[in-house]
Amino acid sequence: MEPDELSKSVEGQSLAEQGAQPTLPEEEREPLTWEIMLSRIKYALRTSAPYLGALGLLSTLLAYWLLTEVIKAPLFEKVPGPVAVASEWFSHHPMFRISIYSGIYYKHIWASCWRIIQAFLLATVLGVPLGLFMGWKKVFKDYTFPLFELTRPIPMLAWVPLAILMFPGYEASVIYVTFLGAFFVTTLNTLLGVESIDEVYFRAALCLGSRPRHIFFHVIVPGALPFIFTGLQISMGYSWFCLVAGEMIAGKYGLGYLIWNAYMEFQEPVLIIAMITLGFLGWFSSALIRMVARRLMQWQVREIAG
Amino acid sequence: MILSQILGGNGGALVEKAANFSEATAGKISIRDVSIIYDPEGARIVAVDGCSLEIPAGEFCVIVGPSGCGKTTLLNAIAGFHGVSSGEIYMDDQLLCSPEMTTAPGADRIVVFQNGALFPWKTVLDNVTFGPVIQGRMTSKEAREAGHELLLQMGLSGISHRYPSEISGGMRRRVEIARAMMNDPKVLLLDEPFRAMDALTKTVIQKYLLDVYDASHKTVFFITHNLEEAIFLGTRVIVVTSRPARVKKVININIPRPRDFRVLSSEYYRNLKEEALEAVHEEAQKAFEAGERERA
Amino acid sequence: MSAPLKNSKNGVLGKKVKGFLATKSACRGIFSIVVALLIWEFGTRYGLPILNAIPPPSAVLVSFKESFVDPWYWGSWESSFIRIGLGFIFAQIIGIPLGLLMGSSRYFRELSLPVFEVLRPIPPLAWVPASALFWPTPEESIVFVTFLGAFFVTILNIVGGARSIDARYVRAAVSLGSSRKDIFWRIILPGTLPSIIVAMTVGIGICWNTVVAAEMLAGHSGLGFLTWRAYVTFSYPLIVVGMISIGIAGYISSAIIRLLGSRMTPWLKTS
Repeated sequence: MEPDELSKSVEGQSLAEQGAQPTLPEEEREPLTWEIMLSRIKYALRTSAPYLGALGLLSTLLAYWLLTEVIKAPLFEKVPGPVAVASEWFSHHPMFRISIYSGIYYKHIWASCWRIIQAFLLATVLGVPLGLFMGWKKVFKDYTFPLFELTRPIPMLAWVPLAILMFPGYEASVIYVTFLGAFFVTTLNTLLGVESIDEVYFRAALCLGSRPRHIFFHVIVPGALPFIFTGLQISMGYSWFCLVAGEMIAGKYGLGYLIWNAYMEFQEPVLIIAMITLGFLGWFSSALIRMVARRLMQWQVREIAG
Repeated sequence: MILSQILGGNGGALVEKAANFSEATAGKISIRDVSIIYDPEGARIVAVDGCSLEIPAGEFCVIVGPSGCGKTTLLNAIAGFHGVSSGEIYMDDQLLCSPEMTTAPGADRIVVFQNGALFPWKTVLDNVTFGPVIQGRMTSKEAREAGHELLLQMGLSGISHRYPSEISGGMRRRVEIARAMMNDPKVLLLDEPFRAMDALTKTVIQKYLLDVYDASHKTVFFITHNLEEAIFLGTRVIVVTSRPARVKKVININIPRPRDFRVLSSEYYRNLKEEALEAVHEEAQKAFEAGERERA
Repeated sequence: MSAPLKNSKNGVLGKKVKGFLATKSACRGIFSIVVALLIWEFGTRYGLPILNAIPPPSAVLVSFKESFVDPWYWGSWESSFIRIGLGFIFAQIIGIPLGLLMGSSRYFRELSLPVFEVLRPIPPLAWVPASALFWPTPEESIVFVTFLGAFFVTILNIVGGARSIDARYVRAAVSLGSSRKDIFWRIILPGTLPSIIVAMTVGIGICWNTVVAAEMLAGHSGLGFLTWRAYVTFSYPLIVVGMISIGIAGYISSAIIRLLGSRMTPWLKTS
């Protein structure tokens, strides 16, 4: 229940006769982040969700193990089981040189991550301002949007051969394809974000004496932020998608290349290791973006919490 | 009480600096034979038809009419959000709108919107200080101090660091009024601002608005569909017809100020209500039959 | 709304299209497309840095004309569409009921959702070799990978959609005397239809990406294979033909889905 300050003014007290409060009130002490997290975890543990979830995961793992290594079901013959995967992944002398103790494993991981970083950053740095401008100035959108919409339906991976022609050398072409995918998603979502801003905020800003640059920085940018971050999450996932494909088709290092190579060289457990690593990295990068989003958009966090 | 007197001392000096200190004669509005026709997809909609109205400076003028009748359109024209098809609007004898030109929206006539337009991504304090800071009339530091003072005096201390989504609807509306008042506008335009509130909060907030009016004597152009609210708040109540909007009846509200909720049971009030009720009801019936869809 | 629309639909529609084309927006758009084409054409001829390696639009047009009469070109369309169709339809056949089940039953959802959340971040293409190990023929493995991409999207969108159905609709139905079966068929299913359609729209895009990549990697037919082969055999204009064809094919599929979607959810049309 909110403290009902309204009732005071009803009793005929003038507005100024309120209880004494310091002129510049201190910010109330917000509970610390880890305190919130801890209480949320405690609360979650009382529901059935985490236990059922663990049950589901464990039973899937069990089924996987049974089908591949114990029963050796028909279609599962060539698929490596969890024991085979774990014995490679966690061994000090891995047969195929891919384990958490081997340097080459991390080299591949870093190769992929570095490409993602480059492509994603470039796509964001170019895509967000482009989207903001397209949403802000209709004339600009008239010139750029048709071109944009014409090129967008082409699946990113169809660009691979052309990219190899355009940017000789594997590195640049793979980064280019990844960049393109992320770029389209980011720009589109940013544009949608700007267009989703309620007209009333523009009017209010105008009433308060805003010039165009104020509208841009105080209404358009913050207003589009939620959509921008949704777009960034999607584009991060899409970047991984494109990167893996690019690396498989035309790469020299990296997890995509590792997968393809492992397949060609019959190193099945490595396949699975690389897949799991990819899954983890994909989840981690999306989680990072979500964290940044929460910090920048405090007003949404408090709205949901409140 | 004028704002500087409310705040007193240092705060007063700051607000004087904030306000291009307006005399009580500023804010006269003349609407002369204004018609507004707009044309979405070829369906010619006459929103306002030959409306004429003189609002002296410092008057609390309330427009009452059924939903969708065009009163918001008229307010938007005064605010500068769109133009007029014929006729003219003057503010303080200077041309504001005509078919050829529309003055851009500005801080001399600030709108308080129906569903609220506090920037959700700014704290209460940032919202309130937005106007003076971007207009360059105050530095950020001065604005924050003045803002704190204003919020304090308006009974809104303690929430300055909160976001609009964290405070109640009533508080949001008060913050929006505070945000407008920080710029010392000549005219306050209110577009059914209390529509979305429950009846109890509404009575409290209406009283609050009256306090602000008594203190500052701004010209107020208030739109509502609620006759009781109109009589309680206004110095004059203008009944307009269902679309297209025309002035149907003008009623002078002789209830003395300051008013409080006891007014609602007085005889003055009952008589005035009777006077207006038939006109309003007639238009409401017409609007209902025309199947007016609410303009959000 | 206005009478003219009832009398001559085509007449007014034609007028609308003509009206649109005459607007400034359309002019600017056409202008920029033309400028882009010109830059492309002359960039390739006069050796601009990146563009000089790619074929000019004129060569692409020639290649297009040749492809139009080439039965192998259309055979590629057929192969790709069949794969997309199979993968996509399987994803819907298995995904929609599963998603609805997860959406309506809390315990089932808590049991299965974590498994999905763990498997989802793995890019579908990373599954290609694993699926090649599993399925006997390469055809099946490509369809499986296509299926996977759309499947995850479908499940997650449906679960999200089912959970966001306003509880008041369910309560209204109960107070009007509905059985559990009724609630499912008349509230939950129509309520999740919009998210099913969103899932389909996103899913078809993912399917195209996956199929194209899979065909490039390990296929013997299809538009992706056509594009890759054009690269390998130095028929560069054909690469662009392949790309544009894939784009058009993707656009057609999305349009079909959108049409289906608006048919299935007529209540979403705003007047």
